[in-house]
Amino acid sequence: MERTHSAGPALGAPAVRLEGMAKVTGTARYAFEHTPAGAAYAWPVAATVPCGRVTEVHVNEALSEPGAVAVLTHVNAPRLGECEDPILWVLQDDRVPHRGWCVALAVADTPEAACAMAAAVRVEYETWEPDTVLTADHPGLYACEEANGGAVGSRERGDFDASYGSAPVRIDATYTMGALHNHPMEPHAATAEWQGGALTVHDSSQGATTVQRMLAPLFGLEEERVTVISEHVGGGFGAKGTPRPQVVLAAMAARHTGRPVKLALPRAHMACAVGHRAPTIQRVRLGAGEDGVITALAHEVVTQTSKVKEFVEQAAVPARTMYTSPNSRTTHRVAALDVPTPSWMRAPGEASGMYALESAMDELAERAGLDPVELRVRNEPEVEPDSGKPFSSRQLIAALREGARRFGWYERDPRPRSRREGRLLIGTGVASSTYPVLMTASRAEARTEPGDVFRVRVNATDIGTGARTVLAQVAADALDVPLDRVSIDIGSSSLPAAPLAGGSSGTASWGWAVDKACRALRARLDEFGGEVPAAGLTAVADTSAELEKEAASPYAKHSFGAQFAEVQVDVDSGEARVRRLLGVFAAGRILNSRTAHSQFIGGMTMGLGMALLEGSTLDPVFGDFAERDLASYHVPACADLPRMEAHWLDEDDGRLNPMGSKGIGEIGIVGTAAAIGNAVYHATGVRFRELPLHPDRILAGLGRST
Amino acid sequence: MWHVVPRTAQHPPAVSAVTLHVNGVRHRLTLDNRTTVLDALREHLALTGSKKGCDHGQCGACTVLMEGRRTNSCLKLAVACDGAEITTVEGLADGENPHPVQRAFLDRDGFQCGYCTPGQICSAIGVLAEAADGHPSYVTPVASEAAGQSVPPGPSEPSGAAGGTPPPVPLTPEEIRERMSGNLCRCGAYANIIAAVEDVAR
Repeated sequence: MERTHSAGPALGAPAVRLEGMAKVTGTARYAFEHTPAGAAYAWPVAATVPCGRVTEVHVNEALSEPGAVAVLTHVNAPRLGECEDPILWVLQDDRVPHRGWCVALAVADTPEAACAMAAAVRVEYETWEPDTVLTADHPGLYACEEANGGAVGSRERGDFDASYGSAPVRIDATYTMGALHNHPMEPHAATAEWQGGALTVHDSSQGATTVQRMLAPLFGLEEERVTVISEHVGGGFGAKGTPRPQVVLAAMAARHTGRPVKLALPRAHMACAVGHRAPTIQRVRLGAGEDGVITALAHEVVTQTSKVKEFVEQAAVPARTMYTSPNSRTTHRVAALDVPTPSWMRAPGEASGMYALESAMDELAERAGLDPVELRVRNEPEVEPDSGKPFSSRQLIAALREGARRFGWYERDPRPRSRREGRLLIGTGVASSTYPVLMTASRAEARTEPGDVFRVRVNATDIGTGARTVLAQVAADALDVPLDRVSIDIGSSSLPAAPLAGGSSGTASWGWAVDKACRALRARLDEFGGEVPAAGLTAVADTSAELEKEAASPYAKHSFGAQFAEVQVDVDSGEARVRRLLGVFAAGRILNSRTAHSQFIGGMTMGLGMALLEGSTLDPVFGDFAERDLASYHVPACADLPRMEAHWLDEDDGRLNPMGSKGIGEIGIVGTAAAIGNAVYHATGVRFRELPLHPDRILAGLGRST
Repeated sequence: MWHVVPRTAQHPPAVSAVTLHVNGVRHRLTLDNRTTVLDALREHLALTGSKKGCDHGQCGACTVLMEGRRTNSCLKLAVACDGAEITTVEGLADGENPHPVQRAFLDRDGFQCGYCTPGQICSAIGVLAEAADGHPSYVTPVASEAAGQSVPPGPSEPSGAAGGTPPPVPLTPEEIRERMSGNLCRCGAYANIIAAVEDVAR
């Protein structure tokens, strides 16, 4: 079914964030900033051993702290009911599946006392030898059936081995990267309060409906008895996409103590408690003709998960979409180790997978003697290689060409190490980006309000994406009214149920329901001749039927983009810095040019961190991350920022949703690290295949000692 | 992780009477001596605009202006700041009119999730004042080489050094990048933050 777009004036306009004034004046309240009367403060105690079991928890010293209220342990904590996600099964038994696992919770009248109590809790353990180090030949590796996002674990098309073996041009390269951490600026926090057997929580979450549905069976409640509010959320990047232990702990502590409880994870607990991008070892083999056209493509991913649950970073998945590949093998093998559980981090699968694939493409371009943009043009597939489906729209080549033009790509001397300014080697690089179009069924409600205003209600979450504003724009156009006549409520499970903000799917999912509700309301209004009856009018919408049809779509739907980077590498210090970063994206209709631009450059900035700065060391002895704070885990700072540009192409794709939009929250990080890595190769003539590109690694590659 | 000498009921936590002048209002508080200025603001005065991102002085989300200077309020114990004049993000607007830096952050979309924003804004106001007072940064060209003047004094001696008041430092994008680097933004709004500060500096 082809659909026509809403054509009103609000969509696409650079509307200022509706909550912007609240955010710049400090009145926007986040989860920890609600303090019910009599609230106590909770502080978690994290396991200090790699794995084993708790044999004894000594709490007397902690309880002697003035202001102490309670210490919850696996012995005295409230018993939880049915649990869908084992990371939430906290304080229920003596297991320590990995270091950093919560083994006790201190509760006190003040945050100072809670912190002191947590430090005074003494835990004894029985420990055993941990298995913490991922290697490409780890004996525990197995082929997973399904990788994250429901992707099939392994796919074979044609005869890769034969085709690769006979290809005149071949690349066989392995790329590795350690864990990456989401580190949203707002730590995971929750405020929980029980009243008459009903639970209300303010949770720092990407989806209050999801949290509500998880909490209800855990605490043996009907969903209606659980209210979850996530009105303002200080970033998430996937780490708040699934419910996290803080909300369960706060609710348990509140039930146990009979007081409202506030809990914020200390920053040092976050690396191991809120998920991370899993380390990967990725082998990419490309076989091509002399003309650079790929005949054989293998992307084989080795990664790790924890023994708590299986999570497989689907890094080989983009290779099923990107390029001509008549013979293809894409596989994921995973080992369950005694380590923290990985999870979603901005563009899981695509961000890590495209680093490897796009680096390999750069290597192939050089081997084939082709310009990297030209190589990609030659490998443009007519249909999605793995599914055989036609693309609903695909402007990869247009994005590459537009980016090349804006960047001045062809001014480069393609020879590596051909440009030098004193002690600086200069280079440029390019990479493609892609991200799938994902959507989930949602509900929404639209109603008339006194004063000629329309109220739209949907449990969407704005984690900084601009969703609140964009949904109001969707509503304004669907209702055919100016934006200032729409008021919008999001961020509470008391609103119509909606999926979480993740997978770049929020705006498309919620927006579809908002559009439908508003059009229904308009139709109702027309029935009344445009006059609102005294009782007011309400329309509700549910997009389940639409999304069911969508699942059977004959089209492959993805966003595409191109990223260009210019770097300088200091031959004496080994420091690589990005001078320019330019992205061009084709992501359907852009619904708010202001917030979309911010999303793109935000993703690119995180990609810069992935390439050059963000290093996480898994301590093999403890099975935990060594860099647990923002002084040692370096996220990009203002001074790391280059000149940065993000552009987009007009894209009129009538096969998406009523707005004609694709997701934009994640594609900005996809390909950035490869573009930067390829630029570092062009600058130095040395091919680095491990991230991040820290000075010590670069110096060693340049043959210099640190 | 935390070295704490456990207290007992016989040794209650030491508390102190502390006076803080916040956004022009005088507050007399009795605070645990371990309470930071940030927690005093957030948990005792319900001024939650100043954010807790790391509690270790590493992210800048807690930045406030103390005696006009930007300060990581999570690193200051309130008991050591008795009598201090503090301006938080809640105290910047002039009635209904936002501070020019707040306005510029809105105009330039200098934020996304908003959690680092109060700290960024307070920090930017500090940067504007420091530059106007001639405080150099790591990237400030040494003016004396060209003009034969004395090097501008560091932050510890803002003015009045021999040779008179130093000239203001022009806030180029490079200066803004350098001076705003104590305030992390994971959403990656830096490009817009730089533009916002530039707008006000102009």
